[in-house]
Amino acid sequence: MSYLPSGLPIPVPENDGLDKPYWDATRRGELLVQRCKKCGTFQWGPEWICHKCLSFDVDWHKVSGKGRIYSWERPWHPVHPALKDHGPYIVVLVELPDAGNVRMLGNLLGNPKQEVHIGAEVQAVFEPHDDAKPPFTLVQWKLA
Amino acid sequence: MSKRTLRGKVAIAGVGETPYYKHGKAPVSEFKLALQAILAACEDAGIDPRRIDGFASYSNDRNEPSRLAAALGLPALRFSNMNWGGGGGGGSAAMGNAAAAVACGMANCVVVFRALAQGQFQRFGAAPPGGVAAGEAALNAPYGVMSPAQRYAMRAMRFLHENNIAPSAQRAIALASYHHAQSNPRAVMHGRPLTAEAYDQSRWIVEPWRLFDCCQENDGAAALIVVPAEEARDFKHKPAYLLGSAQGSEYRNGARSHNAPLYATSSFTTVAPQLYDMAGLKPKDVDVVQSYENFTGGVLMSLVEHGFFTAEDANDFLTPENLMAPTGKLPLNTSGGNLAECYMHGLELQIEAVRQIRGASTAQVPETDVSMVISGPMVTPVSSMIFGTEATL
Repeated sequence: MSYLPSGLPIPVPENDGLDKPYWDATRRGELLVQRCKKCGTFQWGPEWICHKCLSFDVDWHKVSGKGRIYSWERPWHPVHPALKDHGPYIVVLVELPDAGNVRMLGNLLGNPKQEVHIGAEVQAVFEPHDDAKPPFTLVQWKLA
Repeated sequence: MSKRTLRGKVAIAGVGETPYYKHGKAPVSEFKLALQAILAACEDAGIDPRRIDGFASYSNDRNEPSRLAAALGLPALRFSNMNWGGGGGGGSAAMGNAAAAVACGMANCVVVFRALAQGQFQRFGAAPPGGVAAGEAALNAPYGVMSPAQRYAMRAMRFLHENNIAPSAQRAIALASYHHAQSNPRAVMHGRPLTAEAYDQSRWIVEPWRLFDCCQENDGAAALIVVPAEEARDFKHKPAYLLGSAQGSEYRNGARSHNAPLYATSSFTTVAPQLYDMAGLKPKDVDVVQSYENFTGGVLMSLVEHGFFTAEDANDFLTPENLMAPTGKLPLNTSGGNLAECYMHGLELQIEAVRQIRGASTAQVPETDVSMVISGPMVTPVSSMIFGTEATL
């Protein structure tokens, strides 16, 4: 059961392969962010170079999935046909204290009309879409 | 070596626009709208369109300079410029780019323009069905983050949270735009006033933004003609001189997946100081401001970053009275702006800023010498600019 209805755009890796390790890992139930091999800086979204030391030797690093809500929004107006008549949903921007406070996006699971508190602790959960073509897995968030 | 600057080097000789339509309602093609606005600007300046020798635009405008030059029979095309970046962030940047070309002699009569007929192409505020998403979009669209409002609401939400901003602050911005539109017959919302009660009862688009916090979507075209300052007095109207122009965004603003280190900004923290430095002015010198409303929260942050008040003072400063011409402390969006005049992707704001310098606005601020435009908050790059009368040179 997915949080949002099917029919939304399906995420695919970029043609140049930059984010393929991330999407492959979500299929295994692992959450990866980038980390520079040379200076240890965490980085998200993915890029070909470390923004801190300009090394091209940027590696992938598995994180625990512990996070904290940094900001949020509640869309009501459906801008995509798949969301017509669906009602509101919650999007959270989550910072990862175990990974240099890089931020990741996702939906906050549970009641779409719940109060949302900036600073609340959350945990990553994996939402597989096995029937999609091609199949993919989203990283979502639940209150910890 | 003297300071390199655009201050006082160019002026606006003419402005023009088509009638403004609701989105999808333009009766003619987008390219024809562009031509109509350009010819209207030439008429306003009192010049032969064959004097045009350059074009500047932004946001991937579809109407290419080479086609325009051919259609208009221009003797020679000397300057073609597109400012990278989506949204309206390039509005003032395109003016600055045109000014730079004129100031350094690459061209002599450059048109800055924007044309939109969304019914003939994809709408901004709606996503196409199905499909795949890659790159930045893959990290947003599957979670239901597709439209500009959804893309930027979390930046504003963080700012509202950090600074305890009351809902009345965003509301005041919407009320000021609608108030000014009531005296502007060009405005799409002319004759459709907005009350505080109607604002409060309007539906959420995406929290923290209601319907009236969000810009319209419209069809139309707008154009301005940039000429060297030494020729500025040869045209029909009082010239508006460019005093400053700046574009860009702060450190790593474009980091993907909402990872800008300074997230709760409208992207102007480095741009605004650069603008004031070129113009040699301070916020208190500005008589009237046109500030691009994609969403009211973006205007709020833009005004803070341009130094008109602090985030701590925002709740007190942002009242409808303070934002209304002619007597408000900071008359804002005096044509009705993107919310209530027309979402001409912000270029109607440059035209209104020129009208304030000419003394020809439908919500004129008395004794205006310095007139500012802020383009496209929260996107990157953003841009802003200042016009002045001859007295400011």
